[in-house]
Amino acid sequence: MPLYHTDDQALLAQTVTSFIADQGAIARQLRVWRDGERPTAHDPALWRQFAELGLTGLLIAEADGGLGLGQVEAGIVLREVGRNLTPSPFLTTSVIGVTALASASDDLRARYLPGIIAGETVLALALDESAKHGPETIAMAAERAGNGFRLNGYKPCVINGAAADALIVVARTAGSAVDRDGITLFAVPRDAPGISHDMVRLVDGSLASHVRFDGVECDGGAVIGDVDGGRAVLDRVLAAGRVGAAAELTGVGSGAFALTTAWLKTRRQFGRLIGEFQALQHRAAHLYAELEIADAAVLKAQHLLDGGSAQAEVMVAVAKAKSSRATGLAVREGVQMHGGVGMTDAFDIGLYMKRDRALAEFLGDASYHADRLATLSGY
Amino acid sequence: MPELAEFRAEIRVWLDAHCPPAMRQPVQDEADLCWGGRRWVFASDDQRRWFDVCVAKGYTVPDWPIAYGGAGFDAAQAKVWREECARIGARPPLSSFGIWMLGPALLKFGTEDQKVHYLGQIARGEVRWCQGYSEPGAGSDLVSLQTFGEDRGDHWLVNGQKIWTSYADQADWIFCLVRTDKADRYHGISFLLFDMTTPGVTTRPIRLISGSSPFCETFFDDVVVPKHQIVGAVNRGWDVAKYLLGHEREMISGAGAGERRTTIGATLARAGGIANPVQRADLAHFDIDALAFAAMGEKFLDEARSGRAHPAQPNMLKYAGTELNKRRHELLMGAGGSAALEWDSAATRGGAAARGWLRTKANSIEGGTSEVMLNVIARRILDLPGG
Repeated sequence: MPLYHTDDQALLAQTVTSFIADQGAIARQLRVWRDGERPTAHDPALWRQFAELGLTGLLIAEADGGLGLGQVEAGIVLREVGRNLTPSPFLTTSVIGVTALASASDDLRARYLPGIIAGETVLALALDESAKHGPETIAMAAERAGNGFRLNGYKPCVINGAAADALIVVARTAGSAVDRDGITLFAVPRDAPGISHDMVRLVDGSLASHVRFDGVECDGGAVIGDVDGGRAVLDRVLAAGRVGAAAELTGVGSGAFALTTAWLKTRRQFGRLIGEFQALQHRAAHLYAELEIADAAVLKAQHLLDGGSAQAEVMVAVAKAKSSRATGLAVREGVQMHGGVGMTDAFDIGLYMKRDRALAEFLGDASYHADRLATLSGY
Repeated sequence: MPELAEFRAEIRVWLDAHCPPAMRQPVQDEADLCWGGRRWVFASDDQRRWFDVCVAKGYTVPDWPIAYGGAGFDAAQAKVWREECARIGARPPLSSFGIWMLGPALLKFGTEDQKVHYLGQIARGEVRWCQGYSEPGAGSDLVSLQTFGEDRGDHWLVNGQKIWTSYADQADWIFCLVRTDKADRYHGISFLLFDMTTPGVTTRPIRLISGSSPFCETFFDDVVVPKHQIVGAVNRGWDVAKYLLGHEREMISGAGAGERRTTIGATLARAGGIANPVQRADLAHFDIDALAFAAMGEKFLDEARSGRAHPAQPNMLKYAGTELNKRRHELLMGAGGSAALEWDSAATRGGAAARGWLRTKANSIEGGTSEVMLNVIARRILDLPGG
């Protein structure tokens, strides 16, 4: 299959690009929710508009009422979300949550998928247990209790946790914290007795929760996949989430780059446009190359995942690492080339820098994924 | 796409039957490639056999039309061919500047007679070509070239000097940029083809820091070139030259090399070449960039072969690919330690690591420097202002 968008995908990209550029624009969304009196993670009305276009159920199987599309299509949405810094639960709900629920029982799917398709339900992933991404270590306990499980533990950074209707919780049902096996995924309503959220605003304006589980009772019906066998589900969730985050990162990079090249073509100093200076031209051209290569890596990873290839894991690591590095460079160069105004809140370029920082951390930064690539490659 | 799956199956069977095991070994250096030409001496019977069967099927240039010696593959079929060759590690049956550079230019700018004649010779490996572009006073500023072709009615009389002419001493013919109008910088250049045995042509190899001499100085002293040996119109050779440069830059970028050649961490680890965690991290970051670039190469080829690529995109590939290759060889030298310093020992195959490392330093100079590539990206792709 050629490594570019099919006609159908190009059509989807066209629709999504204009929709999000309009409805999801920075002035209309990010700045509104960031600066509002009550902290809000996203605009529920916009989420319903996503649903009207079919986007929220894009990865949901057709048999479950979704569009049955793949990572390439999800990436098209995420890239535009990234380019416009649109606060959206798409990644945690329609990619991560939906991928987890694909392995869930009929009952669980019936409980959550219709709401996702309708744009009414939002999900979040409660996975990491320290400040750095580390799904290899899961200590949070889910002990058998009666017909179900009792959850005790702490997840320090659940993105969109406060807005979510339910959390996909990764907990340990057997073995020790670093064992690959013995983990189980649960779908837990956000306000289940014993859950407490301590909401925190992050640098990019998004909202996360410190979530404490204090004897939270789950019946067996809340289990996603097999008890003790959650690692396989989690691996699929992480692959989709990481390549999705990578796609959103390329959008952030491309948005920052567009602002920066536009600035180079309008700002005058020393009697000429600063874009005439070769020192800046070369840096911009280098950045262009890095962003193009990151785009290609992300598309390749999406293709491999959609094709069920054994090489997908390696390429997902490449995509997340490369997009983090390229977009990191784009936002740093963007702020620097904007000069003084790049430091002001009035200009958008700084918002891109903040979003990049948050996305780069999400589900593993560049060094995490470089380490993972080395491990997967046998060194 | 069931037809494509069937096609893949056929290619797989054919390759299995016809590609000798020795031709599935990794290419260690340029000496392992078959360059063809009048004076070519095959390195082995296997090399000859692989070459012959591919020529017979048009597989030396699979995506060229059958009438010009190719196999007539469309973009999707050509990709299958590349993938299946990569899967078994098949070496290219024929490597040449004719295939990579002159061929595409002739396909676009050549007359029908020229296509049948020259492309056929290239496809069959009968003629080895070299490229007469750079001059002592015209490197990055190529358009300042001074080699002059004086109009003598039925021929041009060419005088001047070229430099960095790759393998000029082994080539049969040259495609050459010659000034035919001194008054117009861009529209005073013609793209001429001539035989390197024409009286007045001499070559002198240049010894490089790697100790080898892939490049030559080439001198023209009253060289007679018949008028029909021109590609494109008189004084419009710059258009041909630029188009060809795109293909040259694509070639040098290594975009078509595929994944097999790109990563180094796993190979070095198997050889016990990773000494500490910092080096491992350097290699891992390199492998990330290498696999990402391989995806870029694949994407570019798919886009270019279906008319979707930005025409200036080869400049980006060349910049990124050559900088990456230089970094690869720095890491390989570091991993090799003192053994990689040996210059002519048998154990190091004559200092292959050190010589290969030095050779790569030319990658970001030949075919347009990295700095020129960045200029072109800034101007033609990013549309940044300035002269």
